Amino acid sequence: MSIEAKTKIEIDHLMVSASPHIRCDESISKIMWSVNAALAPAALFSIFNFGMPAFVNLVICIVAAVVTEYLILKWQNKPMVIGDGSAFLTGLLLAMNIPATLPWYMPLVGAIFAIAVAKHTMGGLGFNIFNPALIGRAFILASWPIAMTTWPISRDMVGKVDGLTSATPLGILKLQGYEKLVATFGDQAAMYKSLFLGERAGSMGETSAILLLLGGIYLIYKGYIKWQVPVVMIGTVGALTAAFGGDPLFHMMSGGLILGAFYMATDMVTIPITTKGQIIFAVGAGALTVLIRLQGGYPEGVCYAILLMNCVTPLIDRLVRPVKYGARR
Amino acid sequence: MAKSFRGGVHPDDRKRYTASKPIEIAPIPEKVIIPVRQHIGAPCSPIVKVGDLIKKGQVIAEAQAFVSSPIHASTSGKVVELAEYPHPVFGTCMSVVIESDGQDEWVEGLPLQRDWKTLEAAEIKEIIRQTGMVGMGGATFPTHVKMAPPAEKPIHTFILNAAECEPFLTADHRVMLEQSERIVTGVQIAMKVLGVSKGYIGIEENKPDAIAVMNKACTGIDGIEVVPLQTKYPQGAEKTLIGVICGTDVPSGGLPMDVGVVVQNVGTVVAIADAVEKGIPLIERVTTVTGGAIAQPKNLLLRIGTTFAQAVTLCGGFTEVPVKVIMGGPMMGMAQRTLDVPIIKGTSGILALSEADVNIGPERPCIRCGRCVEACPMGLVPSMLSILAERDAYSVAKEEYDLLDCVECGSCVYVCPAKRNIVHYIKLSKAQNAAMAAKK
Repeated sequence: MSIEAKTKIEIDHLMVSASPHIRCDESISKIMWSVNAALAPAALFSIFNFGMPAFVNLVICIVAAVVTEYLILKWQNKPMVIGDGSAFLTGLLLAMNIPATLPWYMPLVGAIFAIAVAKHTMGGLGFNIFNPALIGRAFILASWPIAMTTWPISRDMVGKVDGLTSATPLGILKLQGYEKLVATFGDQAAMYKSLFLGERAGSMGETSAILLLLGGIYLIYKGYIKWQVPVVMIGTVGALTAAFGGDPLFHMMSGGLILGAFYMATDMVTIPITTKGQIIFAVGAGALTVLIRLQGGYPEGVCYAILLMNCVTPLIDRLVRPVKYGARR
Repeated sequence: MAKSFRGGVHPDDRKRYTASKPIEIAPIPEKVIIPVRQHIGAPCSPIVKVGDLIKKGQVIAEAQAFVSSPIHASTSGKVVELAEYPHPVFGTCMSVVIESDGQDEWVEGLPLQRDWKTLEAAEIKEIIRQTGMVGMGGATFPTHVKMAPPAEKPIHTFILNAAECEPFLTADHRVMLEQSERIVTGVQIAMKVLGVSKGYIGIEENKPDAIAVMNKACTGIDGIEVVPLQTKYPQGAEKTLIGVICGTDVPSGGLPMDVGVVVQNVGTVVAIADAVEKGIPLIERVTTVTGGAIAQPKNLLLRIGTTFAQAVTLCGGFTEVPVKVIMGGPMMGMAQRTLDVPIIKGTSGILALSEADVNIGPERPCIRCGRCVEACPMGLVPSMLSILAERDAYSVAKEEYDLLDCVECGSCVYVCPAKRNIVHYIKLSKAQNAAMAAKK
């Protein structure tokens, strides 16, 4: 075929669309699967830590979330996007936010609720105003409060405490005070070490500060989350607990704060869009966490703090806008 | 430290395909298709008829309005057709088809010799108008209009936009390397017309050779300074360029002249130098023919009216089926539906993009990741503009989200992980607002 002919044949096939004509190679799937990967070490640690029950609940949450999403997309005749990793992520995050010993039907219902109600009644990915995993968790907590506050002891606590269940460190603090809390771990240094490494009772995936931090740093490095959000939220909790006479280091490492600050307060769908707005969001979430922990009825406040701040996201977005070109002269 | 602006993106620029390829002079095509509209503004009317024998540089279509620019024959020969032909910007356009006689003979009196220093500003402006100068960066705004700002807008600075921030394009780069003296002459002429003593040449740092050559060409000439700019798209957008070089922002809805600045493209000032010193009208230009589907990417000096197909043939044809053919750069260029469109005065590049070059993907809902907000050089919220367009809330976009400040640079679309066609939505919203305003 001559060159001339080669330039002629293609005419019918040329695609016409608006500029620009090149795109970067980022995609929703790439972002979502990266977050899943970042969470993987802490999730695997939960299986190591709490054993078979953790594995079962992890699988139930993820499968229920993905299947629910599949059925809803199918029913609504929407593009089949279950492979994008967002439903998988909701299931994974929900699992990390519940005790390992929860009977199987509770996480199942929670995951279905998270996807069906928190995500799809609002229009699906991008349209939900609340973090679906946190809504799932709040739903389980409201429905089965006792099961949701009964914590299996971790592998490393066997022998250190009586029985097979234990209060979380925050629970001990709330009910028995700081001295008893420190005594549970031995001394203060041992307490910090246990919290940092994850040797404590708590929700499945929230215990290991170090693994959650490593995953978070990976996401910051990839540019999928901004460092400002976790740093400001955790910093706010530290500063406020110190101001009210608490142990800031303890509060910064306990409960679901690190998990929440790195993986849920950074959920791009439900937080403000500008960095400035996100910092306001993080300060608010941190302050509400401290308020609930120190003054509220619950020992832990991260879940509700983030959900409550999700409510004001649209307001923050309206008030905090980028500085327009031409605004400086 | 090279100067920069807030926002912007760093696409892989792919300039390596052609950056080291010297400008090649294309042979005279057997036939040229010259549209009578090659600029923003009113179309011209043909003043030749079928059968006329015409010479190179002869006026073949006359401007009827102030914002318009005459069209000249790009070679000598016979007018064989006056008809609607495909046009790279306007779909179709009345065009003068000239069959070349192979002589390439100049119209009487051309080229001439003239010393620009002896000419008055008004005379130069008239030459620029008569020779059909338009902005050759792609916008094709008639140069004589830009060079004649109203008296109440005093101009103090001239900027030569040599950023060439569009990926793939190297035409300006090559012109700088090969014709630096012509550029400096063009800048001096432009400064004289505008009556300014300060001129800047802004070049992105990814062209260190061009910076060196231009610096050398400017030594000993008062008032012209080469400014290295950080390599970042859209460094060469008029507003960001002015913001970076002058530290002054063009006000919303305003023009560069509102802050006393006139910006011209590299190709334009070279054409101005040729027009003023030799009387040569705008009948040819340097165009980068490139992209993943082109066999031998090149920088070509092409006659206006050469078809894209001819230009592609000069570059060895295609190596694979192109998915898209673009006039201009990949960020702001226009997709073409046929290769039968001619090169016009604003054709800075012809891109044949392969499947691998184009990463379109199905469009997903916005996940509010904020990348577009960070990339927007104008400080807008592109995600919101696209969402409002989806909801048909065009007037909200205009009134509350500064729709009209968008320069359509495409940075937001480039970074969007949901592959949203934000610029498309914005163009739609602008059109809808214009239609609403027209109805009132």
